[in-house]
Amino acid sequence: MIEERFDAIVIGAGMAGNAAALTLAQRGLKVLQLERGEYSGSKNVQGAILYSEMLEKLIPDFRDDAPLERHLVEQRFWMMDDHSHVGLHYRSDDFNEERPNRYTIIRAQFDKWFSKKVQEAGALVVCETTVTELVQDAYGKVIGVRTDRPGGQVHADVVVLAEGVTGLLGARAHLRKIPQPDNVALAVKEMHFLPRETIEARFNLKGDEGTVIEAVGTISRGMTGMGFIYANKECVSLGIGCLVSDFQKSGESPYQLIERFKRHPSVAPLIEGSEVKEYSAHLIPEGGYKAIPQLFGDGWVVVGDAAQLNNAVHREGSNLAMTSGRIAAEAIFQVKSRRDPMTKENLSLYKTMLDQSFVMKDLKKYKDMPTLLHTQSQNFFLTYPQLVSKAMQNFVRVDGTPKVEKEKRTLKSFVSARSWTGLFGDAFRFARAWR
Amino acid sequence: MTTELSVRVEDKLFQNRYLVDAGRAHIKVRPHDVPTPALRSLLTACPARCYELNDKGQVEISADGCVECGTCRIIGEPTGDIEWNYPRGGYGVLFKFG
Ligand SMILES: Cc1cc2nc3c(=O)[nH]c(=O)nc-3n(C[C@H](O)[C@H](O)[C@H](O)COP(=O)(O)OP(=O)(O)OC[C@H]3O[C@@H](n4cnc5c(N)ncnc54)[C@H](O)[C@@H]3O)c2cc1C
Ligand code: SF4
Repeated sequence: MIEERFDAIVIGAGMAGNAAALTLAQRGLKVLQLERGEYSGSKNVQGAILYSEMLEKLIPDFRDDAPLERHLVEQRFWMMDDHSHVGLHYRSDDFNEERPNRYTIIRAQFDKWFSKKVQEAGALVVCETTVTELVQDAYGKVIGVRTDRPGGQVHADVVVLAEGVTGLLGARAHLRKIPQPDNVALAVKEMHFLPRETIEARFNLKGDEGTVIEAVGTISRGMTGMGFIYANKECVSLGIGCLVSDFQKSGESPYQLIERFKRHPSVAPLIEGSEVKEYSAHLIPEGGYKAIPQLFGDGWVVVGDAAQLNNAVHREGSNLAMTSGRIAAEAIFQVKSRRDPMTKENLSLYKTMLDQSFVMKDLKKYKDMPTLLHTQSQNFFLTYPQLVSKAMQNFVRVDGTPKVEKEKRTLKSFVSARSWTGLFGDAFRFARAWR
Repeated sequence: MTTELSVRVEDKLFQNRYLVDAGRAHIKVRPHDVPTPALRSLLTACPARCYELNDKGQVEISADGCVECGTCRIIGEPTGDIEWNYPRGGYGVLFKFG
């Protein structure tokens, strides 16, 4: 394939891979990036919310030409039962700022743009090439990769595994285990196209303002999961994801779940009359801090979703991917500048630097959250949404019942569903996991 | 248990673009007489409904509509029920939006 030798090979052109390849190339290293899709982004699925801060660290003037959809001025959280939702709604004009904090994006288009920046920085980007194997020497040091191109073996001092959550290579080379079904969620997503004015009217937006809705409740049918609805310029991204192990246990089908979500009386009016142009599905790492594998070794580092660096509580992933990719590249550059070899010992610098960043600090903060949500899914995703909704209905419906009695009724419904110990236990466990 | 909604996955997949690598299925099911529980769960868990029961009660795959999500790999590779690979470079599903 390519005869020469590289300073670094980056596998994958997603958020993590592009950040790593860009950073390495900007520092003058000779970089080869391999991507199996026809172009960067052609295999990638996301909601998608882009966080400016982490991209600015890589491309300060990204707003000049990046394909951005809407900047977010509003965030809604919905707790849903079968017929209603109780919502928390935050909107602030402060987000109509000069350098907005968050945007919606369309991943395939964004990744293509990102990849162009990587190429402009001097990396050699080769698409339509699946890496089939890592090449290791007799001591287990990673010294290159094998691809599905004829004679497709290439060598480098270090390989950056940015292969995403379903990454095969690291697992095959026994550098890490493949994720367990209870450490990954399967999300299905559709793109609903509507005229711009319709979207703005339905979501109460003007110009390029945007809004996102995150939803939990009976829509996930007792499984640990979440729905989302994001407004783009001329389309709405809508999807729902639940733990793979829950799909296994429940026998629910992902396509039925998204269909039900779409038909919910709170959701249907938002997408009415739309034209669906794509149906996609992707896994999301949900294991959190405790599921993070070994991050570096002789001749390799792993970044982004492949390393489970994903904050499921806050629905953040691409920013952790970009940051870990950048930090890994900076660590590699430091080792290289000292003319040191890419050994496990030297590459541990990546982990040290990552530990000091928000990536590890955030994941550590929520280390107990995945287990709590996974083991209590019936309560958090079925019982409570139903109870809250009933309480709200009881509160707003005016029917001549004295308020004292209404409150008693509401309290009783909570206690009979979860008991006092259950309620306090849940609150306590939740608070402790959040802390 | 699941109440069936009338959803045709085929209609959903019809929106997508694919470049099918004819004759080179990237996922294979291990030959079996009776499917294991893991294999059986793929009948409902696959978002593209690639897995179906044949008339002998065995699980078969037709991976043409596969959206490469990896769910069946997570479930079926550790149990040895399936062999999972990416399609050859450039082939498979092609997301325009993602
Ligand atoms: C439905 C959904 C909604 C989400 N919403 C958000 C959100 O709103 N905000 C947010 O920040 N995050 C979100 N995330 C998470 C975010 O998408 C991921 O964290 C992020 O994409 C991870 O980046 P990555 O580069 O590690 O992996 P990916 O983006 O998955 O990239 C991996 C790349 O490697 C390539 N590849 C893999 N193996 C090989 C191989 N052997 N050879 C060649 N190429 C290979 C793939 O084709 C792919 O391009 C969401 C995820 C999903 C699924
Ligand atoms: S990878 Fe996903 S879409 Fe493809 S066959 Fe497996 S479960 Fe189905």
